[in-house]
Parts: sequence; structure tokens; C-alpha cells
Amino acid sequence: MLIGKSGKIPSSEITPEGMYLNRRQFIGKSAAVVAGASMGSGIGGSIEPENSQKDWSKVRSELDEELTPFDDVTSYNNFYEFGTGKSDPVRNAHTLRPRPWTIEVGGLCDNPGTYGLEDFIKPGNIEDRVYRMRCVEAWSMVIPWQGFSLKDVIDQAKPSGSARFVEFRTLHDLEQMPGQRYGVLRWPYVEGLRLDEAKHPLTMLITGVYGKTLPNQNGAPIRLIVPWKYGFKGIKSIVSMRFLEEMPMNTWKRSASHEYGFYANVNPDVSHPRWSQARERRIGEFRRRRTLMFNGYADEVASLYSGMDLRTHY
Amino acid sequence: MRLIILRSVTWFAGLMPTVWLVWRFLDDRLGANPIEEILHRLGDVSLIFLLVTLAITPLRAVVGWNEIIKIRRPLGLFGFFYLTMHFLTYAVLDQTLDFEFIIEDVLERPYISIGFTAWILLIPLAITSTKGWIRRLGKHWKKLHRLAYVATIMGVVHFYWQVKADTYWPTLAAMLITVLMIYRIRSSRGRWRPQVREAKNR
Repeated sequence: MLIGKSGKIPSSEITPEGMYLNRRQFIGKSAAVVAGASMGSGIGGSIEPENSQKDWSKVRSELDEELTPFDDVTSYNNFYEFGTGKSDPVRNAHTLRPRPWTIEVGGLCDNPGTYGLEDFIKPGNIEDRVYRMRCVEAWSMVIPWQGFSLKDVIDQAKPSGSARFVEFRTLHDLEQMPGQRYGVLRWPYVEGLRLDEAKHPLTMLITGVYGKTLPNQNGAPIRLIVPWKYGFKGIKSIVSMRFLEEMPMNTWKRSASHEYGFYANVNPDVSHPRWSQARERRIGEFRRRRTLMFNGYADEVASLYSGMDLRTHY
Repeated sequence: MRLIILRSVTWFAGLMPTVWLVWRFLDDRLGANPIEEILHRLGDVSLIFLLVTLAITPLRAVVGWNEIIKIRRPLGLFGFFYLTMHFLTYAVLDQTLDFEFIIEDVLERPYISIGFTAWILLIPLAITSTKGWIRRLGKHWKKLHRLAYVATIMGVVHFYWQVKADTYWPTLAAMLITVLMIYRIRSSRGRWRPQVREAKNR
């Protein structure tokens, strides 16, 4: 646990009280941690779970929202490395070779390293998480992910006291990601989190969806999911993770900083300059539904931003 | 005979997008977000028809075939039809007629304001596209119908402002409308005027 440590607690380890008090609440409620979801062997980096035949209709009740069908989750994607249309990634992402794969952990930390995917993923730690996913374009899904806490990786890397941010990068390879031949965005895709956001128990590194190995178009072999933020924060096909003192410049902010910020917390009260964020279309539903503050995770994460003006820090 | 073929092709092209969308709908091939798909495709089709409509006059001069002017009106009306369907898809399917949000969009979101204005501008043009109105308005008709350029430019801007990062298609549309505008301005100044035998055409 984060508290109760003896000796000097590094600044990066201090947890806001509100978050601590809320831990029990979210573990019971929104995280939808499914018991007994042990995943298969890590041989060759394969994480095909033993229970891929699981009855996903049961998972639904834990978030009390219907799951978005697998076909929609895997055919309607924003992954500009494979084209800018939503149906492009499913058609084009076959060029990605998610294994073998290496991930570099570096920057301001005591324990940097380069890991093969199979060493990075610890099968015993894989959990199911059913999360809402809210895209900045005002559509949303409910997705049963499999993955592990980013906090586990951070704790192992031992960031130094001066580290305040984590920066992630996607693979940069024009052969595997043909969309990178076009200057639509600056490549490689970069995202970042404040260290406390990164260590939040809701923040996950994801390796599977619906009990299956993460498909290429969803960010194979490993991607980030931060459920209270707009989907573009969930960087895909990660190859590097670095601890920094300064706030990293994320790709969409670089592309249009008046429209996309660093924080990108789901917020129905702060409109995108070009469209309203007050409502969203849940994929599969007809009428738009109201967007929830922090995508419905306010109880768990609002305290991370106390005292911050969320209009300026959008 | 050539005119019959030309007219048939126009009607075929005009109705194809509807058939295509209806077929995809019935076959459940509109993807995970069918409303967005219908909305975007109707917008594309509308803008294509409006651009082609404006290209007819220059095309007439280039290919030297006066009869193609006769498909300008149906092309323009198809453009208006698809634009109307685009707006209705937005208002009815996308916003489920929640006027609170529609009004906010039209007033506060520049890309929606400009798209909406383009549609409003084209309504009187569609109404006055009949022979009777052409006669009644006389020389004013031509002036009024220059609004088609204004509306199409607005449509291109709407398209450009709507995309997130990939401006390929909006840029192409912008280049096309620029070329058409340059032609329009130059020909109206008397230079580079096409040799059009209007009298024989009527």
C-alpha cells in the first residue's frame, strides 16, 4: 500500500488523503475487478487466457452498463498509425508485429531497463477491468479489458524524487505503421501522465480485451487505459516509458493545444472549442446520454485535481 | 440522344448514394456508429454535388458541349437534397430533436453555424429553381443564384473545421472551389470568357 511506510517518504509517493479514503469504495464499485480471472501462461508473450470462453454477459452487471460488443470495440478505432478513418485500423493493422516486442523503462528512476514483453507482463497480475471509454469525439463504449496496474511497473522502476511525470511513446516504424508516412500528426505518438495519475489504481496497462490477446487495431501488444480521461490519452503499442521532471508534450496537444490539453479529463462542463462535451453517444445506443464528470470516476479521481482550474487545465 | 444519356447518368448518380446508404443500412454495414456514418457520407455527397454543379459552366467551355448546362439544375438540386438529408440526420438522428443542444450548436460552434447558414442560403435557390421563377426573377435570378458559390465555400469551410487532423479531403475540396472561383471571377470580368452560344441552347 502507499501509506504506512517507515522512513522518509519520497515526494512521489505521497497520496492525497481523499484518494486513500476512496480506495475501498472504487475497488468495490467501478473497477469491476472480477475474481478468478487468472490468465494463461506468459510463454512467448502469449497471454491468451484460459477463460476466453467466459460468459461476458455476467460481467455486465458489475458496472451495471451493457458491454459494447466485441466487434464494435475492435472495428471502430482511432489509431492514426493505420489511417485516419475509424474503420482503417481494423483493415490495416495487420502490418504490426506485436511479438517479439521490447519496452524500455528509463528517465529519472533508479531501476531502468529494457524488457521483453514476456518479462514485462506478469501473468499472475493480470486482472479484468470493465471500464467506460469516452472519446474526445463524444462517443463512448464499455469495454472489458485485461491488464495490470501501471503502478506495479512504476514501483519496480523506482522513480527518483524529482520525477513528476511519466512519458509514453508508441512504436515508430514506417513499415509496421504505414500511417506514419503521412504528417497528419507528429510521430511517434507521445502521451504522458502526472506521476500521481499514473500510480492511481484505476490506471492500467492493457494486454487483452474480452479475454483475448489485444488485437493490433486496439494497440497490441500493450496499451495504456486511463478511464477518467479522453480516449486519446490511452496510448497504444507502447515501446517506451520515461520518468521526467517536466510535463511531456503529448501528441494531440502539440497538434492543437487550444483543443487538446495534457490532462484531457472527461468533463461535460468544458466544451471542446468545436463541439459540446456535455453528451456522448454510447456505441450501440440511439439517443445521446449525458457525459459524467471524470467519465463517472469522480469519486475515485476528483481529489487528484482539487484546487485546479479544470477550464484552464483541460 | 446524347442528352437522354446525360440526364439518365445524372439521375443515376443522384440516386446512387441513397440506394447505397439504404442498402448498407439494411445489410447492417454502416459500422459501429451508423448515425455518424450516415451523417458524414451525406455531407460528403452533398458537397460533391454542389462542387460538380459549379463546375458545369467551366466544363461547358472546356469540352465545348453546351447541352451539359441542362444537368446543372438537377445536380444542384441533388446537392440541396443531400444537404437537407445531412441536416435532418444531424437534427433528428444525431441530436434526437433536442433543440436546446441544436440551438447551442448552431449559435456557438462555428463549424455548425457555417454549415447551417449554407443550408439556409440554398433554400431560396432550390425554391426558385423552377422555370416559372427563372422567368419571374429575370436578370435577378442569376444574381440570386450566385449564392451557390457562397454556400459551397461555406460547405468547404464547414468540412475543413470539422476534421480533427487529417485535412486531406477538405484541402482537396478547398482547392477545387478555389479553381472554380478564379474561373468565375475571371470570366465575369470579361477576360477568358467562354464562347457560349446561349441562343442556340434555349
